[in-house]
Amino acid sequence: MTDTPRLPAAYLQPGSSSFADFVAAQAPDLLPARRAVPPGNAADLAPHGTTIVAATYTGGVVMAGDRRATMGNIIAQRDIEKVFPADEFSAVGIAGSAGLAVEMVRLFQTELEHYEKIEGTTLSMDGKANRLAALIRGNLGMAMQGLAVVPLFAGYDLAADQGRIFSYDVTGGRYEETAFHSVGSGSLFARGALKKLYREDLDQTGCVTALIQALYDAADDDSATGGPDLTRRIFPVVQVITADGGRRLPDEDVAAIADRVIGGRMTRPDGPVAPLTEGDAR
Amino acid sequence: MSMPFYVSPEQLMKDRADFARKGIARGRSVVAVQYADGILFVSENPSQALHKVSEIYDRIAFAAVGRYNEFENLRIAGVRLADMRGYAYDRRDVTGRGLANAYAQTLGTIFSSGGEKPYEVEIFVAEIGDDAADDQLYRLTYDGQVADEHGYAVMGGAADVVSGYLKERYAGDASLDDALRLAVDALGHSDSTPRRIDVDGLEVAVLDRTRAQPRKFSRLRPSRLVEMLGDRGPAAAAGVGAEPAAGSGAEPADSGSGGSEPPVAPAG
Repeated sequence: MTDTPRLPAAYLQPGSSSFADFVAAQAPDLLPARRAVPPGNAADLAPHGTTIVAATYTGGVVMAGDRRATMGNIIAQRDIEKVFPADEFSAVGIAGSAGLAVEMVRLFQTELEHYEKIEGTTLSMDGKANRLAALIRGNLGMAMQGLAVVPLFAGYDLAADQGRIFSYDVTGGRYEETAFHSVGSGSLFARGALKKLYREDLDQTGCVTALIQALYDAADDDSATGGPDLTRRIFPVVQVITADGGRRLPDEDVAAIADRVIGGRMTRPDGPVAPLTEGDAR
Repeated sequence: MSMPFYVSPEQLMKDRADFARKGIARGRSVVAVQYADGILFVSENPSQALHKVSEIYDRIAFAAVGRYNEFENLRIAGVRLADMRGYAYDRRDVTGRGLANAYAQTLGTIFSSGGEKPYEVEIFVAEIGDDAADDQLYRLTYDGQVADEHGYAVMGGAADVVSGYLKERYAGDASLDDALRLAVDALGHSDSTPRRIDVDGLEVAVLDRTRAQPRKFSRLRPSRLVEMLGDRGPAAAAGVGAEPAAGSGAEPADSGSGGSEPPVAPAG
């Protein structure tokens, strides 16, 4: 950090538009991945975030995350937020070591904003996805000691005029997903639910409903994923991104959809029935 | 057998100041006006890509006149400083005062050190608060002096004339439309004969506290400016006679001649 009054020479030098690169050169100890951790498995030391789901629909993309963080068998936090806007047209959801992940999201948000301010234009959707991959790659050492961060990245690509979803592995591998995807401990159950519920002609409300159904199924079978908390009125964080930009769906709207989902589960706890073959549809 | 001449420190500083002032006076002016919901920046700038007014952080903006390469360096340094501080501490810990101070120290050190050429720039650092009383507007000169401005401020080429025009007509708490009209009129009175500045030749941006996003800076595009300035066309033209077409036509030629000397401010 600069606490000298004059701007240091490095600040005035033309160079990278990347904030992460600049921090790495000027104040490397601020980077989440630049910390030496003694050998051993540190996974049980810190809370873990769990399930994130995302799906595209005509005209946009939706990302939703449950609200639970766990530490072994303990529920570390019941109203954690794991889905964040990355910039105006994209959102990032995080699973894995919560502390590191939140810090990495902050770095990623600053990275995108920094580029936009310096260059006067936003990064392309693929450019953003690649920058996030680079940040994750830097964390590989920590991941091998149990402190993995696995994000899900979604946004509206103004150039392609459609919503897009990217998933990652701990080595920084970047994979584009079609239609829907999920990450985290409950992701298998969520993805199974989405397979049966997702249709290409869903509208925004339908898409949000499918994701909340998927999170419900994840919470149903995965102890680390939090279901809707009816007594405290804690519901998933839902981020909707369209060509007009991204916004977090107001809690009342999410609560209304969640209440309908729960209402349906009162009569059929396993959720909506999918037809056995295509011919059975309607 | 060359004899070093003695130059008094007073003379040395005066020469350097004259040098910097001359460079700054070549460019067109930038006007900053406080209005009810924030701070408005207007400058004459035919380029759509090389900005004189830019975003630094959530509530902080930067405007400059003079040598483009020099103020662009300062702008980038400001963005880096702000982002670094916001990342290391919190977004609320990035202040316009801190930034103005860093700029002042930098410009002051460069000005008084013999080894470096003084920067030929003048800068505004503006920060909006929760209401108009908390807005801050700092004007920094090439030698690192800081002035705390209130209401409006002008820098660049015909700063005295433009600021004289504003002084007579400025009223606080104006709407954005009124503030914009006043600022554009003021810039149009920078020469002996008033002229009408085409919207394509204007760079306009605001720090608008009514914006929902945390980032309060936004640029006003030419289409929006036409809408906001409304029917000024005939009225302004009537006041000027047959001048407007010739006036706006003369500017690109102006910047064209300045363009032969690459790193000057875009408006020439």
